[in-house]
Amino acid sequence: MSKPKVAFYWCASCGGCEEAVVDLAENILKVVEAVDIVFWPVALDFKKKDVEAMPDKSIAVSFINGSVRLSEQEEMVHLLRRKSQLVVAFGSCAHLGGVPGLANFWNKETIFRRAYFTTPSTVNPDGVVPQEKVVIEGKELTLPAFYDTVRALDQVIEVDYYLPGCAPPPKLVMDAVLAILEGKLPPKGSVLSPNKSLCDDCDRNKTKPEKLTIKEFKRPWQVMLDPEKCFLAQGIICMGPATRTGCEERCIKANMPCRGCFGPTDQVYDQGAKFLSALASLIDAKDEKEIEKIVQTIDDPAGTFYRFSLPKSILGRRKMEAIK
Amino acid sequence: MSNGSFEPRLVGFLCNWCSYTGADLAGTARMVYAPNIRIIRVMCSGRVDSQFVLKAFREGADGVLISGCHPGDCHYQEGNYKALRRYKLLVRMLEQLGIEKERCRLAWVSASEGARFQQIVNEFTDQIRRLGPLNFRFDGGSHEQA
Repeated sequence: MSKPKVAFYWCASCGGCEEAVVDLAENILKVVEAVDIVFWPVALDFKKKDVEAMPDKSIAVSFINGSVRLSEQEEMVHLLRRKSQLVVAFGSCAHLGGVPGLANFWNKETIFRRAYFTTPSTVNPDGVVPQEKVVIEGKELTLPAFYDTVRALDQVIEVDYYLPGCAPPPKLVMDAVLAILEGKLPPKGSVLSPNKSLCDDCDRNKTKPEKLTIKEFKRPWQVMLDPEKCFLAQGIICMGPATRTGCEERCIKANMPCRGCFGPTDQVYDQGAKFLSALASLIDAKDEKEIEKIVQTIDDPAGTFYRFSLPKSILGRRKMEAIK
Repeated sequence: MSNGSFEPRLVGFLCNWCSYTGADLAGTARMVYAPNIRIIRVMCSGRVDSQFVLKAFREGADGVLISGCHPGDCHYQEGNYKALRRYKLLVRMLEQLGIEKERCRLAWVSASEGARFQQIVNEFTDQIRRLGPLNFRFDGGSHEQA
């Protein structure tokens, strides 16, 4: 029997998810032994036409990382969906929109203005801006369309499973690959990581006081962080209470608070709003003015709470008409 | 507001013990107030998750009212303080998402304050009428697809 065919693809991402595959280390040899990699732009020289030539559903599983912001990415994920039996959204960006999803606070026009005109390092005296079509010496050149809104993978195509994380840790990746190879998969639509919050697994949980209260929010660089104490008890915003576990607390162990890359548990739809509800409850004040003062010590609440999940939040983006 | 016939759609989350009873009193006393509000009863204003408010806006609300017992009067001791803390943080986040903070209001209404409830709903309805429709649309960006 021929080996199952596997594809990897990247959309709007940083490349860290590709790195996560390589981080399987010697385990990658087991994977390579068990499957045929038929498409992997970052590592292997297959082209789009090679995928187009494959029969529909002939790829056993496509691992797609990155969010979708360009027409090209949209076209490629539709193609891979057609050719694949399973599609796994690989990493925070494909799962929830990820850091590129923060662009949903803006739109194409304001992003282009910033990138091609107003950043201090931009030198663009001729005011050149990328065009979808341009004719040079009688030849038409094209670029993909740049959308106003960044989308998570399942806002574009049907997704069978989600591997969370920025990037997903090697253990979760390996577990997922083995589950697929052995056909021991959970129900369709599952996030392939335990369905409980990070605090449940966090070693620092035992240092959390009986009644957790916060008088002032601080950022990690403003304090000497205690390497053992609950971050929230130190006044540091830690997304642990609203974030799914399974990451092996890589950030916590490096003495950095959770930023929420695993997204919410199954019980929660909107990670940012849920975290806001939890965090605000900890504010140690009853007086309206004092509450306001404490709330002001949080820089950029929306960007912090939705760092990885704005496209998959309830509102999905800033209201277009409100962008100047 | 260009369209003079705009009627705001408001959602009100009212706590069971004070505000809902206050609204009920306004009703039984036959006080007339703007019919624009759709009331949802919750056990406590502290039960109002920020997700509820965002969902209301996404589903077409032009304004959201959260109403609970006066400070010190909460049936569960501190639920309304939780609501107040959340509200202060939520309106900051709403503004970042392009929703004016005036579209979300927190008000204390006791069980005996039918007239106050009437006044708050009328005021809030007028305020949102002046702001105009929210028209929050997010279709996952699919309108951009070719």
